[in-house]
Amino acid sequence: MSEPITGPAGDWRSYVQNMEELAARCGMNFHPVEFEAVPDTFMMEIAVYGLPVRMPHWSFGVRYIYQLIQRNMGNSRLFEVVFPGNPGHAYLSNGNGMAENVLVTAHVLGHADFSRNNLLFRRCQEQVSEHIVEHAASHARQISQAIETHGPQRVEAALDAALALEQHIDIDQRLRRERYPEFLPDPKALVDDDFRRRFASLDPVAAHGVFETKKRAPVPPHPERDLLWFIAHYAPEMESWERDIFLAVREESFYFYPVFATQIMNEGWASYWHARLLREADFIPPEAYVDAIKCHSDVVRPMAADQQVALAVNPYHLGFSLWEKIIEQQGLEAARRIMQEDDDFGFVRNHLTREMAEELELFRFTARNDGQIKVMDRDLHGLHEALLAPKYNFGAPNIAVSKLGNDGALELEHDHVTDGRGIDVDRSRKVLEYIHRVWRRPVTLHTVDQGGAALALASQ
Amino acid sequence: MTASSDDSSSLGLARWYDLFSRGARDWLRHDEKVREAVREHLPKIIANGDVINDSARSVRVPVRMLEHYHFRLRNPGDSQGVGQGEAKPGDVLADGNPDRGSEKGEGGDGDGGIQLMLEIKIDDIVDWLWEEMQLPNLKARVGPSDDSDWVREGWDRRGARSRLDRRRSVKELVKRQGLGGPKTFTDEDLRFRQLARRRQPAVHAVVFFMLDVSGSMSDRDRKLAKTFFFWVVQGLRREYRSLETVFVAHTTEAWEFAEGDFFQVTGTGGTVASTGLNKVREIIDARFSPARHNIYLFYASDGDNSIGDHAPAKEALDDIATKACFSGYVEVASGLSRQLATETGRLFGDAAADGAPVASYVIDDFDGVWGAVRHFFNAEAKALG
Repeated sequence: MSEPITGPAGDWRSYVQNMEELAARCGMNFHPVEFEAVPDTFMMEIAVYGLPVRMPHWSFGVRYIYQLIQRNMGNSRLFEVVFPGNPGHAYLSNGNGMAENVLVTAHVLGHADFSRNNLLFRRCQEQVSEHIVEHAASHARQISQAIETHGPQRVEAALDAALALEQHIDIDQRLRRERYPEFLPDPKALVDDDFRRRFASLDPVAAHGVFETKKRAPVPPHPERDLLWFIAHYAPEMESWERDIFLAVREESFYFYPVFATQIMNEGWASYWHARLLREADFIPPEAYVDAIKCHSDVVRPMAADQQVALAVNPYHLGFSLWEKIIEQQGLEAARRIMQEDDDFGFVRNHLTREMAEELELFRFTARNDGQIKVMDRDLHGLHEALLAPKYNFGAPNIAVSKLGNDGALELEHDHVTDGRGIDVDRSRKVLEYIHRVWRRPVTLHTVDQGGAALALASQ
Repeated sequence: MTASSDDSSSLGLARWYDLFSRGARDWLRHDEKVREAVREHLPKIIANGDVINDSARSVRVPVRMLEHYHFRLRNPGDSQGVGQGEAKPGDVLADGNPDRGSEKGEGGDGDGGIQLMLEIKIDDIVDWLWEEMQLPNLKARVGPSDDSDWVREGWDRRGARSRLDRRRSVKELVKRQGLGGPKTFTDEDLRFRQLARRRQPAVHAVVFFMLDVSGSMSDRDRKLAKTFFFWVVQGLRREYRSLETVFVAHTTEAWEFAEGDFFQVTGTGGTVASTGLNKVREIIDARFSPARHNIYLFYASDGDNSIGDHAPAKEALDDIATKACFSGYVEVASGLSRQLATETGRLFGDAAADGAPVASYVIDDFDGVWGAVRHFFNAEAKALG
């Protein structure tokens, strides 16, 4: 596209400050961002791991190879990766041209605005802290130490289980949760009458024995969806370093959740702002502006240039279009409020209207196992659900701990009613094996089979 | 808030990510795991007749990438999605292909399932085999010679200058520096390689491979035999530092062949096993004294021996059995298996009943090769133990 970065002077970096000032004038409100240009290879790793430094695990190696193949086939190109925080961290590809980087800078500021103000992000950052990048690096260090002390096999077994359950957290609970109360509140202790007072005054020890026997509360007291937390705290034979691994993975999941659950909004918001900031940035040379706008339309286009129909919705395009419409019809202030309060569920349901769906030419299709793809309808409710279905529950089946046996046996219950069908049996067995290796007592999962009959899968 | 300008190239400093790739590291671990997984399918690899190229020191095995499993909902028959563009309800955007249905069902992760070719060293396979079978170390009948040798074993702080291990010493220096010690070498850092005297296992062994090449032996039979022989050689090489191989083929006559020609030989006509056995006898007498050699014989045939040959063949086999550590008969019966109820089967069965170190096994197909290797080496270990 345009000339590559040649040195610190006269390149995109000289526009960063202007861009930040312009963004602030437009009412955007963000923590400072540290920009760093890195080689493409490192960009790719950040995309694979989700964080600049993260714990080692072979499954990342698999994703890495897929990325490498994709990149070699020229299918994907990464311009930037941003990590929210105070300060935020933005990594830009060394391969970006000057104009691309101007655009990317504006885009990054959009993300920074979003992550500082969106409720879900704020809530998670309050708990995980604003330094997830540093935390993840310290988890990685902690795990390398565990490998040195306990050997790679044992650490890998713990990571196999913990990472397999990474989506199974309960975002409505706090990151740092207390264990369940050990005893049930004693109803008798609350009764306070003359007889009891008299009895107690006669023999305090006996009275204590008779009236204040505490009852152990069942564990868990209610179906527990945070599998990582439950296993870390209630596994009968886990070692403390293994529990730490579970908690480290869980903390990273708390960080990943808002990124996952606001993708359409967040990418749309950043795209809206890079387009708008670019329009208003009089400090950019005109030829860079043209290049940057070309890059913008590549990013937010709904489908490849030579296609009539796309079988997936580009979140950049969808989010961008919805934000444009909202701001056009309701003004920026209303849009900022929506940006603060919603996640993708509310955003799509409330703002992907009949008219918008028609304007964007969205349709619902069915894909048969044999590869046939057929357009179904343009029903709005159907579109909402089909767009959001992969996002429910962090994209994982609803599974909760239902019972912890006296012998330490773990029972999991799959909520097949909510999910609408049973579970992939072969994969689930493997996951149960992962869990069993750290839980070290029997593990059972209850779900339904193809015909809807109850089905219990057990470890081993 | 300003952009940092510590560009690595301009400062001439390499950042950590220029020097180290986590992706590559984790990929290597995946690779190791694949090897472990492949190892669990050892019988399959061994069964692969194509594995054996005379000079090949490695085997290429196709494998799939490993999947890190997560809980997932069952694959629905039809899935739904949202698309975008000019299309009307009822439009068919892609045609179904009836062949695809079955393919997709089984655990395909939708990534197109990239296949990898894994290159595995034959030596590794043999290592695994040996561990897998947990063979007691084969005892050589001809006792260990007095040969012994010096082998490297461990390090010490003192030693001859010529045995100084520089790499190791530098490591010690670095370790100590890390603890804040002086920056130059001291005597404390120096590490010397140590040697220990080790007895060598029995040295001389010879293995006879005898193959029936009569008209009734099909190509497939011969290939089964070849695969089996290949692994036997690998196994024995492990035990003996110098292993000689002798190849004998027979129909109604017998010839000694070079290894390269041996498997190409096709004969016509009948089978007279005694000719082959006598040839082996001859060669033993001429070249391999049983007092100095551990002798093995493996014979592959479809089992059809001429009826009149029983007595001479028995006599020859009995004689060989007194001289050889072990004789194995492998019946390659890819057509129809008679479970050793053949003339040759009876011959070896009788010898075994007499208490000779002899065993038999049937290989019906390539999967059976594994069983055969296991059978013979266990039997042999027992016979000698």
